[in-house]
Amino acid sequence: MTNDQPASAGRRLSRRHLLLGGAAAGIGAAGAVGIDLATKSSAPAVADPLNGTVAVPFYGVHQAGIDTVPQSNATLIALDLVPGTDALALRRLMKILTSDAARLTQGEAALADSEPELAVAPARLTVTFGFGPGLVAAAGGTAPSWLRPLPAFGVDRLDPAWGDGDLLIQIAADDALIVAHATRMLLKDSRSFGTVRWVQTGFRRAPGSVKPGTTMRNLFGQVDGTVNFVPGTPDFERLVWGAANNPSWLHGGTGFVLRRIAMDLDKWDKLDRAGREASVGRTLSNGAPLTGVNEKDAPDFDAKTAIGFPVIAEFSHMRRARSENPDERILRRGYNYDDAPGTGSVSNSGLLFVSFQADVDAQFVPLQRRMDALDLLNVWITPIGSAVFAIPPGCAAGSYIGDTLF
Amino acid sequence: MTLSTTPRMLIVAVAALLTFTGCAATTDTAKPATTTTAAESLTITDPWVKSAETGMSAAFGTLENTGDTDINVVSAQSPAATMIELHETVEDDSGAMVMQQKEGGFIVPANGSYELAPGANHLMLMGLTEPLVAGVDSAFTLTLSDGSTFEFTAPAKDYSGANESYEETDK
Repeated sequence: MTNDQPASAGRRLSRRHLLLGGAAAGIGAAGAVGIDLATKSSAPAVADPLNGTVAVPFYGVHQAGIDTVPQSNATLIALDLVPGTDALALRRLMKILTSDAARLTQGEAALADSEPELAVAPARLTVTFGFGPGLVAAAGGTAPSWLRPLPAFGVDRLDPAWGDGDLLIQIAADDALIVAHATRMLLKDSRSFGTVRWVQTGFRRAPGSVKPGTTMRNLFGQVDGTVNFVPGTPDFERLVWGAANNPSWLHGGTGFVLRRIAMDLDKWDKLDRAGREASVGRTLSNGAPLTGVNEKDAPDFDAKTAIGFPVIAEFSHMRRARSENPDERILRRGYNYDDAPGTGSVSNSGLLFVSFQADVDAQFVPLQRRMDALDLLNVWITPIGSAVFAIPPGCAAGSYIGDTLF
Repeated sequence: MTLSTTPRMLIVAVAALLTFTGCAATTDTAKPATTTTAAESLTITDPWVKSAETGMSAAFGTLENTGDTDINVVSAQSPAATMIELHETVEDDSGAMVMQQKEGGFIVPANGSYELAPGANHLMLMGLTEPLVAGVDSAFTLTLSDGSTFEFTAPAKDYSGANESYEETDK
């Protein structure tokens, strides 16, 4: 068993735990033990290092923000380039944005930063850039074959306001203020080159709320993202960074897919717990397959109920998302969104489904086709935005993201 | 300072040129020759220029002096501008902050620094030779009082601040 999710949510709490509950919740189970010891021995408590002080390196072979453990807050931005933008202008733009990102991620104010105090304590800030087909064309480059809008799916109800674009900026940190400042700085420095097409913000658990490595929950309450690549493994190298068929400027990079998936919380409310678990094929309590006990248990798709039906239904999300072809896998790195409801509604929530894969057509599209054809979860979810970008490789200090293309 | 190209500001620019030309002469206060020049002790951190289509702009950064002797920056040149002045921002009689040419140039103290920043001291670019667009690098040469020169490049950034007014434009 992995300890990612407790098998039982109902833990008995002693009076001492209840008294210290507020403090213990903030620093996790290990910290709670420490408090027990501290109160018994009256030893001085040791302060944990602040989350804000942690910085993720910016320069490198790959861009950060892909194999980085997902931060709690993310803002995704797509820009449309000003007509007539050429390779020289792109170089100027990306030199500026790279400089901003390199500095801000290390907790340093950007050049000409009007609010330098907001750059302090970067809280694992990463800034990741992606290029849309329009940008690659403007640079005079060769696009990978998959760099285009995804094929139309039957479940799609796409709003162009949430899709496509020329330049993607993914800004993520364990601190919403840091994300806001980086967003402000990068957009300010983009004004001469493009206009904002869309901005989508998302969140996960705050740092320190749950044990590191805990699979996130979406707003349906489901454990979401159990099966995922682990950075540094051969699968990650091959299916995220692998680039055999991609143009050489993309080597060290990958492909990015965003699906803005509206989740109908009101309709979901009408479904009982058994129905909710059947729709995905996993328990709600800890995300275990319905044939298992713990989250990471391998599902047994052959297991049958007493009356002969599969325990994990053929129409369940997990069954449909699982391909027999091991190459049809992706790195998921999504975020919940919970925006202001429209008139007459009380929720406007969903998932910013984000995936990284070396070849979108070979890895993502087949999975989406399977789920488009049959997935019980489609009753409650609707893709309303869709975008594909090529993520160029990282760069060395002194250079800029995109230096392999323009 | 404003970087707009309205007729009023062009007049101001001309006025500024006329006013300050007399003060731009270099005064040689260099000490007797030593083994190192002042330029060898000078560095600049985070240089940048405010982008502008035409007319005027300003350059910023932090000058640092690693030597044991004060460094006197007496003039600046750049292909980006027909003329550059060394400016300071001071409070005038009415309490408003205004720009004016720094008498005697900038003094970067020994083992110290001298900050060029919006709203404070800066290099004033006049008569831009071409649009200073965001992301473009401009070369600058500072001439120091011992006759040595210090070169650096600074990228242009879009920046809405640095709108100090000239002393002459007040009232």
